[in-house]
Amino acid sequence: MVVNSVHWFRKGLRLHDNPALQEALNGADTVRCVYILDPWFAGSAIVGVNRWRFLLESLEDLDTSLRKLNSRLFVVRGQPTDVFPRVFKEWNVTRLTFEYDSEPYGKERDAAIIKMAHEYGVETVVRNTHTLYSPDRIIEMNNHSPPLTFKRFQAIVNRLELPRKPLPTVTQEQMDRCRTQISDNHDERYGVPSLEELGFKSQGDRTHVWKGGETESMERLNKHLDRKAWVANFERPRITAQTLFASPTGLSPYLRFGCLSCRVFYYNLRDLYIKLRRRSSPPLSLFGQLLWREFFYTAGTNNPNFDRMEGNPICVQIPWDHNPEALAKWAEGRTGFPWIDAIMTQLRQEGWIHHLARHAVACFLTRGDLWISWESGMKVFEELLLDADWSVNAGSWMWLSCSAFFQQFFHCYCPVGFGRRTDPTGEYIRRYIPKLKDYPNRYIYEPWNAPESVQKAANCIVGVDYPKPMVNHAESSRLNIERMKQVYQQLSHYRGLSLLASVPTIQEEAEPPMSDDSQASSSTAGQGSTPPPSTPPNSEPSSPTAAAPGTHIQRKRGLPSELTSKQKTKVKHANQAKGVEQIIDEKQ
Amino acid sequence: MKRGQARGGEAEGRGVPGPGAPEACKRVRRAGAEEDGPVDWRLLPEEILLIIFQYLPLLDRAWASRVCRGWNDTFHTPQLWRCFEFELNQPASSYLKATHPDLIKQIITRHSNHLQYVSFKVDSSTESAEAACDILSQLVNCSLKTLGLISTARPSFMELPKSHFISALTVVFVNSKSLSSLKIDDTPVDDPSLKVLVANNSDTLKLLKMSSCPHVSPAGILCVADQCHGLRELALNYHLLSDELLLALSSERHVHLEHLRIDVVSETPGQTFHSIKKSSWDAMVRHSPQFNLVMYYFLYENEFGPFFRDEVPVTHLYFGRSVSKEVLGRVGLTCPRLVELVVCANGLRPLDEELIRIAERCKHLSAIGLGECEVSCSAFVEFVKMCGKRLSQLSIMEEVLMPDNQYGLDDIHWEVSKHLGRVWFPDMMPTW
Repeated sequence: MVVNSVHWFRKGLRLHDNPALQEALNGADTVRCVYILDPWFAGSAIVGVNRWRFLLESLEDLDTSLRKLNSRLFVVRGQPTDVFPRVFKEWNVTRLTFEYDSEPYGKERDAAIIKMAHEYGVETVVRNTHTLYSPDRIIEMNNHSPPLTFKRFQAIVNRLELPRKPLPTVTQEQMDRCRTQISDNHDERYGVPSLEELGFKSQGDRTHVWKGGETESMERLNKHLDRKAWVANFERPRITAQTLFASPTGLSPYLRFGCLSCRVFYYNLRDLYIKLRRRSSPPLSLFGQLLWREFFYTAGTNNPNFDRMEGNPICVQIPWDHNPEALAKWAEGRTGFPWIDAIMTQLRQEGWIHHLARHAVACFLTRGDLWISWESGMKVFEELLLDADWSVNAGSWMWLSCSAFFQQFFHCYCPVGFGRRTDPTGEYIRRYIPKLKDYPNRYIYEPWNAPESVQKAANCIVGVDYPKPMVNHAESSRLNIERMKQVYQQLSHYRGLSLLASVPTIQEEAEPPMSDDSQASSSTAGQGSTPPPSTPPNSEPSSPTAAAPGTHIQRKRGLPSELTSKQKTKVKHANQAKGVEQIIDEKQ
Repeated sequence: MKRGQARGGEAEGRGVPGPGAPEACKRVRRAGAEEDGPVDWRLLPEEILLIIFQYLPLLDRAWASRVCRGWNDTFHTPQLWRCFEFELNQPASSYLKATHPDLIKQIITRHSNHLQYVSFKVDSSTESAEAACDILSQLVNCSLKTLGLISTARPSFMELPKSHFISALTVVFVNSKSLSSLKIDDTPVDDPSLKVLVANNSDTLKLLKMSSCPHVSPAGILCVADQCHGLRELALNYHLLSDELLLALSSERHVHLEHLRIDVVSETPGQTFHSIKKSSWDAMVRHSPQFNLVMYYFLYENEFGPFFRDEVPVTHLYFGRSVSKEVLGRVGLTCPRLVELVVCANGLRPLDEELIRIAERCKHLSAIGLGECEVSCSAFVEFVKMCGKRLSQLSIMEEVLMPDNQYGLDDIHWEVSKHLGRVWFPDMMPTW
């Protein structure tokens, strides 16, 4: 029987560690690697030019690598539901392979495609390689509920075996066994589009700090490891101005698009550590970045409302303000606080900012100063940030705005002080807000406090050349801490005086994770309101023609979740704080 | 109810989903019933219905009230209208739903004299604050025990014309005569209106929260303390605090104060603050030995001059902005009653000595939170050892702990957990 394979690239834009692609090649007569892209959608979605450019570069890189193996990348214009019936027929496809997408929207889309493939008699093979572990497995080990604290998550990961080892890259030999028929007009029909074709006039980041693609990611990985080895130190580095600038060894966008396999990164780090430290096993903290990513994927996989407040069972309902004007100032770097504005400028220009910078601007927008919903911030990041995908972006925003995951809200990042302590010389500000470059260190973080003579000497008058600060931080933070306290105390029914005890603790941290035992009652606190997973717990959802799983699948936007009733969206907490008193009256 | 006659007349359903009654009717059997007939819900005693209604959220109760006249009457029982929270939001400025205007009208016409515990939650738009004042002005027949004006975002009450707000508020002050609890933070309340409050409610007032009310003067609040001898809880800004106020609160005729909350906020950088004599604080402690003093500081680092020079009986201390190492050192020396210390940020010099001193001298400390600070791991372990199991809240950001030759980041949590007697980890922030 003739086997004609199609490998569908979505994330996982790489040839190394790509089991799904290997399955496409396995015993196949022909193979075609496709990427499906809807140019019309490109114009209407909120995705900025830098993200598109990174994607297109990654696709070009794939195409180049495939060329070396006598194949090509097929960029097919359209939507998957229209494209697949067409290509199934045209190419006589018998096997479709792709990497598992754990996000709710992805699962829904893939279920529909699998069903359709089944109808066309096409075998589907799915492999889980975007995350280190299977999110469903972690959920299963946590009493069928995603861990809601990072500590808990780490405790579970500690009990798991190591992630599956990465596969090597696709070889010439493998490709030779299956032919790819390339037509003469391949570039016309299936070539990687240009930014112009997608409707972008500008080219985005001209300094080209982040170049997309697998090749670039491997180079960076090597540099990253070299640097670690040279430093011989795996501890947390001191933060300086340099840390804030884009690093030539930064890897987060490559992990997001899958140009770099997270398992390759994991094992490389691990092996280097063991070699240099001569110890048997590295601590979990070595993989901090990767585990955070994993945590958010796991938290979001069964929650279609993960990216919004309303109807999201894990999100605290906070009475955010609705203020488009203030939001625009923040998004465009016109807040009047140089630290915030510099960060937002770097974000818009280059597509990446350091995680501390993210904390600063997220805090400023939400619980720190502007009291605007984290959803708005999330959307701006979605547009501009190269490494933001649905789960990680939404999860991070909920975390940073203290809307979920049982965060203490007392630590507020001062838009003046925090910046100054991170970069006392103001180098970062001078780079991204050139207008302020002649301000002395003393005033560069708070130019509005500079005497007129200083402003004049710096050739930048506050209120004329640079905006006045849009809020009084002391006043805003005072107000906002009260608001947060009000919200949390209502939630936890805490009526005492402790600021820290206002935030409920959750039982799950104290208990060891149960793998199959039914002592679920002790750990229902705080977890009762998350919906059970819709798919049966499979560690590798690789089954070919299984019917569309589950009943919980909802559209990414549109249909409200079953849990929209007001009562259910309140997170249920078991209050551990001593001295809990019930509200006397106040509400009916 | 579709079957049978409703009490007193026709059913009021207009396709309203009754609470599943028709089906349930056919299946429920009354205990001890002899015949196998369906239960007549009309015979449910009103007391039982009232109890059930008390469990229902307002919206469900409202649906239930349309089932029949009897249930409608129960819906309007005064007992169900003692507490109400008016939620006033504009779609343009808030994501929250508002209390329906028709419901508000109904409450004012039928239930204003039943209301006793009332709060207003308003968003950042002026219209919402105006709507609140509008309702307040109509509560003429009300004898409120509790009134709360709560802004959920920006304080919109401050944007109203002062006179408009004051006249609405004084309607309540004058008519209630039994106000026990009053929350008017972030409002334009002033001295004369406080006088009206006092003139009518001095015997009953127990709680007064008025942080950030810029139109009130120290004399204004002193008047309240002088006349309202039952005052147990008070929240205000530091500029209203005076030695006279503390002495008034400690006078013989005054009850024991339970809780005093003070916000110390800097309006302009370099602002100077007055000091309070140690003797005034001492008088307070003598008079109310159990009282809690909660102080929230929002000052620049160089504005702490007058503070923490003498002993101060603070129990809960929050520094909302960066506070210097030196000031934290003084805290250890001057705050023997300290129960909770929360520091938003300090800077990049280790707070080792300061923390140890606090562990030594603040024997009642049971909660500590550290944000953007630095402490060496060994000093931190020492601190926890000295405080021991009395630390019920220990919220330390991961970046605070500096590894040294004794402890690394990966083992410190075991040490700390050991001394605390429970599993402990520092607070983390995503590093993605």
